[in-house]
Amino acid sequence: MANLKELAGKKELFTGGHRLCAGCGIPPIVRLVLRSTDANLVASTATGCLEVGTTIYPYSSWRIPWIHSAFENSAATISGVETAYRALKKRGRIPADKETKFIAFGGDGGTYDIGLQSLSGALERGHDFLYLCYDNGAYMNTGIQRSSATPMGSNTTTSPAGEVIPGKEEWRKDLTRIVVAHNVPYAAQASPHNWKDLEKKAAKALAIKGPTFLNVMSPCPLGWYSKPEDSIQLAKLSTDTCYWPLYEVEDGVMKVTYKPREKKPIEDWLKPQGRFKHLFKPGGDVIIEKIQAQIDREWERLLDLEGRQIF
Amino acid sequence: MATEKSNEMQGLTGNSAVALAMKQINPDVCPAYPITPSTAIIETFSSYVADGEVDTELITVESEHSAMSASIGAAAAGARVMTATSSQGLALMWEMLYIASGLRLPIVLTNVNRALAAPINIHCDHSDSMGARDSGWVQLYSETVQESYDNVFMAVRIAEKVRLPVMVCLDGFITSHAIENMATISDANVQDFVGEYTPETSLLKDMENPISIGAMTLPDYYMTFKKQQSEAMAEAKDVVEEVSAEFAQKFGREYGLLDSYELEDADVAIVIFNSATGTTKVAVDELRKEGFKVGVLRIRLFRPLPHAEIAAALKGLKAVACLDRADSFNDFGGPLFNEVRSSIYDLEDRPKVISRIYGLGGRDYKVEDAKSVFEELLKVVETGTVEEMTKYITI
Amino acid sequence: MTDKNNEELPEGGVIHEGGNADSYETGGWRKLRPVLDNEKCTNCLICWVMCPDSAIIVEDGKMVGFDMEHCKGCGICDTECPPKIKAIKMVSEEEAD
Ligand SMILES: Cc1ncc(C[n+]2csc(CCOP(=O)(O)OP(=O)(O)O)c2C)c(N)n1
Repeated sequence: MANLKELAGKKELFTGGHRLCAGCGIPPIVRLVLRSTDANLVASTATGCLEVGTTIYPYSSWRIPWIHSAFENSAATISGVETAYRALKKRGRIPADKETKFIAFGGDGGTYDIGLQSLSGALERGHDFLYLCYDNGAYMNTGIQRSSATPMGSNTTTSPAGEVIPGKEEWRKDLTRIVVAHNVPYAAQASPHNWKDLEKKAAKALAIKGPTFLNVMSPCPLGWYSKPEDSIQLAKLSTDTCYWPLYEVEDGVMKVTYKPREKKPIEDWLKPQGRFKHLFKPGGDVIIEKIQAQIDREWERLLDLEGRQIF
Repeated sequence: MATEKSNEMQGLTGNSAVALAMKQINPDVCPAYPITPSTAIIETFSSYVADGEVDTELITVESEHSAMSASIGAAAAGARVMTATSSQGLALMWEMLYIASGLRLPIVLTNVNRALAAPINIHCDHSDSMGARDSGWVQLYSETVQESYDNVFMAVRIAEKVRLPVMVCLDGFITSHAIENMATISDANVQDFVGEYTPETSLLKDMENPISIGAMTLPDYYMTFKKQQSEAMAEAKDVVEEVSAEFAQKFGREYGLLDSYELEDADVAIVIFNSATGTTKVAVDELRKEGFKVGVLRIRLFRPLPHAEIAAALKGLKAVACLDRADSFNDFGGPLFNEVRSSIYDLEDRPKVISRIYGLGGRDYKVEDAKSVFEELLKVVETGTVEEMTKYITI
Repeated sequence: MTDKNNEELPEGGVIHEGGNADSYETGGWRKLRPVLDNEKCTNCLICWVMCPDSAIIVEDGKMVGFDMEHCKGCGICDTECPPKIKAIKMVSEEEAD
């Protein structure tokens, strides 16, 4: 397990000078993940904040070979890259000396929604790659529209908190469970505030041959109507309230990697975020209760699965 | 250079000829997804992979969108990439077709032409590839099984020279499933003709100096890249001619940008794509016997459009019918009609041009159909007026 | 920077110098600027790992300052600096000048 001094001593593969918002949760995730292996890395990125923000021509923040082709196909694109790597290596057209690993990045829209099919296909085919979803809970790049990862009750531009409808009415899709059902060797949820846990999981995923998956909580000051300096604290609260449990499923066995000593009420996470402001007005408590009940249920379910072979 | 001309004669369907060509090329990567009537190409190719007859990496993707996405990823990584599809498959790739050409990736795709739904239909027409005509792909149309086979080799050379993707089109069922006695080229000669693929830049080429592909370009840069792409398309026309000439010299089969039949002294002509050309030629022969000066112009290269060559070929004619196996639904004729008509606009004494939509969804196009179009054209010449500029025929 | 209408631009919009965003300044976005109290800093490097803009300069395992060309002034370094240490504080740009 690397410590921060060691990690800081490594080359920065994701440079500053990108145009992501101040306080964006994505870069700490990417910087750390790119440092978690000594293998060569090649990445694809789905259309979205990470792609737009880091490669505005003629500038790129990526000190690794990087490709973006479209929104819904980060996984299919990396499938092609990874396959080409195997083909060219087999034919002696690229040097075989250093191991190369592949990462596909995508936001929650590009992963849970429009890119789900391409992700599923690439996982099933067994490409040697890590898919990393940075989940900021909405289509942020296009102006905060709801996705199937958006938390219930959230105000977004397509699930606005109105006079009649109080924000998003549906519970979020549990993508990590869907991925686990593909029988992949490794899938996990992580959060940037817990850098040790995230680094460990990324290192593990990148050491495995085959398809692996990380779903990482990614705070978004713009879309969450939160303060930029609070991003990492909000990531922490998402795990302390058990809204975003940290766990991994390795070879089908469930392990919860963080259990808060004291599970905090969901209000603690909701309150600092303007997207939930309406829930703190008269009548909102019903929705908060509903959210809390759902979180409790899912957390209990997870604890119940702890240590078990779930796939 | 040893010109082993066409060696062995074989009876092959269009699909098996294309699969054989792919086998002989032995590309690095082949993303594959089935759809009638091109399925046999990827099935046959899959068995070549399974039997170790090629060492291509096959990616059995979960959709055509992913087939083209994976093609893009693999081509960007420096691989020679080939795939095949038809109809709905090509339509599902639509978004990615533009990205393949915009990123200047020399992917070769065989499109076995099939009608687009709705109503769903598996038979031949050209609505699929016509829908992709502005996607920045070079488009080669093939009349026969022989030409489909030959075009695949030329496509690889053209694509890699101009760094644009190339689509080889052949008619669903009519060509894809019909057995034709055709000449094959030896594996060694194929390899010699296509050569090794060594792209100047690629994702995997130099890990120490990483590149970024697919960046966001704003109004300050976007147009420059589009201009480059447009210029590459213009250059592609010369490259198609050069590569076809080299092919003819090596293998003895000549292909131009266009294929003119009995046009020199013709008064009227049909302009057409693909397999229906043969049927039209039969009508020409019969009418010629009766003394009518009729001819055919087949378009082999549609993207880029050899507009000057089209104008030169149709110069001096009195009336021309463009036969489209696709409708533009614009109430103004099919795509071929519009482009041919526009190509001849600057001729001093230009022929009258009419649009006839035929053979949609696999509807038969017979010698009589061609003949009746010629009769219409002769009437136009006689009366000097066009009664119906656009019309559905074979219905 | 390159002429934007330069026809010699690499085909397909490829960027040949991955990481060149390093030369693009985002410091101008800043309203608040981080200031380090060297006395208090224990070089735990939490600020470094959490910084979205790779703007914490670390040399030989030590936090030596901020890359003001890239720092957007988000304040994460200040918030994340452990409560018992609090070696970073945000001050307004005007104040700092
Ligand atoms: C096929 C297609 N549909 C829609 C869009 C528009 N679009 C671009 S990015 C985006 C949202 C991305 O959301 P997400 O994946 O959550 O990433 P984020 O913006 O939050 O980083 C949308 C809708 C597109 N580029 N392509």
